[in-house]
Amino acid sequence: MEKRELTCIGCPLGCSITVTLENGEIKDVSGYTCKRGHDYARKEVTNPTRIVTSTVRLTGSTTGAAVVSCKTAQDIPKGKIFEIVAALRQVTAHAPVKIGDVLLADAAGTGVDIVATKNVQ
Amino acid sequence: MRYDIVIIGGGPAGLSAAIAAYDAGCRSILILERDVQLGGILNQCIHNGFGLHTFGEELTGPEYAARYITQALDRKIEYKLNTMVLSISEDKHITAVNREEGLIEIDARAIILTMGCRERSRGALNIPGYRPAGIYSAGTAQRLVNMEGFMPGRRVVILGSGDIGLIMARRMTLEGAKVLVVAELLPYSGGLKRNIVQCLNDFDIPLKLSHTVVNIEGKERVSGITIAEVGPDRKPIPGTEIHYDCDTLLLSCGLIPENELSRGMGVDISPVTNGPVVDESLQTSIPGVFAAGNVLHVHDLVDYVSEEAAAAGRAAVRYLSQGETAERHEIPVTFEGGIRYTVPASIDPKLVADDLVLRFRVGGVMKKRVVKLLLDGDAVLTRKRPVMAPGEMEELKLTKDMLDAHPSLTRIHITVEEA
Repeated sequence: MEKRELTCIGCPLGCSITVTLENGEIKDVSGYTCKRGHDYARKEVTNPTRIVTSTVRLTGSTTGAAVVSCKTAQDIPKGKIFEIVAALRQVTAHAPVKIGDVLLADAAGTGVDIVATKNVQ
Repeated sequence: MRYDIVIIGGGPAGLSAAIAAYDAGCRSILILERDVQLGGILNQCIHNGFGLHTFGEELTGPEYAARYITQALDRKIEYKLNTMVLSISEDKHITAVNREEGLIEIDARAIILTMGCRERSRGALNIPGYRPAGIYSAGTAQRLVNMEGFMPGRRVVILGSGDIGLIMARRMTLEGAKVLVVAELLPYSGGLKRNIVQCLNDFDIPLKLSHTVVNIEGKERVSGITIAEVGPDRKPIPGTEIHYDCDTLLLSCGLIPENELSRGMGVDISPVTNGPVVDESLQTSIPGVFAAGNVLHVHDLVDYVSEEAAAAGRAAVRYLSQGETAERHEIPVTFEGGIRYTVPASIDPKLVADDLVLRFRVGGVMKKRVVKLLLDGDAVLTRKRPVMAPGEMEELKLTKDMLDAHPSLTRIHITVEEA
């Protein structure tokens, strides 16, 4: 039996939720006060995901911008965050860049692209 | 130079006000922006979570800004970048300066104040210790990392658990820094739960509530920070000190509306919000001068800034077409039960054009409450609130129908009661 303590992010109430796991299987969820909390807790212990936002180096900007902001186009597994930011250190974008431009395809083997989030001349 | 509407600041509020004023029929609009680009502080907020209310999707700050910038450009709304407004007179004469044109004099028929807010500085916090390099406001660090491409430090202590501080804890960590601790003076965080989980817990960064910085060490550069627990009187408790070897201190200790220009022109400022006192049209104490966004009161969500500023833009156009209403019958909005302020502070029912959003904040964390909006003692709106906190802005929609049902209205009152 393993117990995982979570804070729900669904609303300002911030319920403390306890998930009981046995051999990786959810046996019990307690402490939530609504369906959103219940669903959040289940996903957070089985498959936690995040959108990663960061910046990459930029060359050739006529406005002098040194970096351009970017994000993962979809959620990625939480455990891959650091591999993704490490991969981004190797990337240099060249201006002009438009929102949605792919700066790095299939980041860290997640199958998710890194896309620009800013228009830069 | 003469314009019908001049907007001071090209951030989310200024852009939204300009677009709404244009769509309401005004074609003589100028935005004055001191930075090198439109979009304001959103340009450095590269994290996601913006726009859920407005666009039904989670955007990053630059993406949210780009949607409004595109709309402003499509309408060919005029703007000047790198332009600093120096002063505004009570009769709406604006003095500004930029490199290309030098000193600029502009006469406006209406002005919308959308200058945003500033972070509380070390000087305002009274932190003891030396004055070395390595102490930044969280927003300054955010700009350095996300826009200029510089890392402000490697081992970081953060004072204040406002959202910018939490966001920067994660951002600095992702860029290779070690964030040692986030210390918060209050017994609760002012930041969103989501940020505490995804910016601190995800990276095992400790949050120490009821703690503050009691010493900054280092003569040239920060070399260490000492924090201590505080009692209910918010004074440090001797013997609870914890020392951290670090090179950087980030401050995320609250935002203050930036109203030097407003004060200079004689606009009445609320001591509670530090923003202008406004009526139902978001008009300040000077007729034809409007305010919206964080210059008016600090918001949690940019979606509400955009919404509020659009209302100010439409109100400015109404003012231009109707002129100063000869007689105003402003009813002050009164409140009790822990509410600190309301925006607007007063309402003339005859001047309410659309449904009106009343925004307010409470002074402390309260659970199981009921909010009631009373018109002459009639509860026209009742809303259950499982939890209310100072960090969460509340809103109530006062509809035109509610006002029409009370033709001889004399009292507008909001209560927060135990459920």
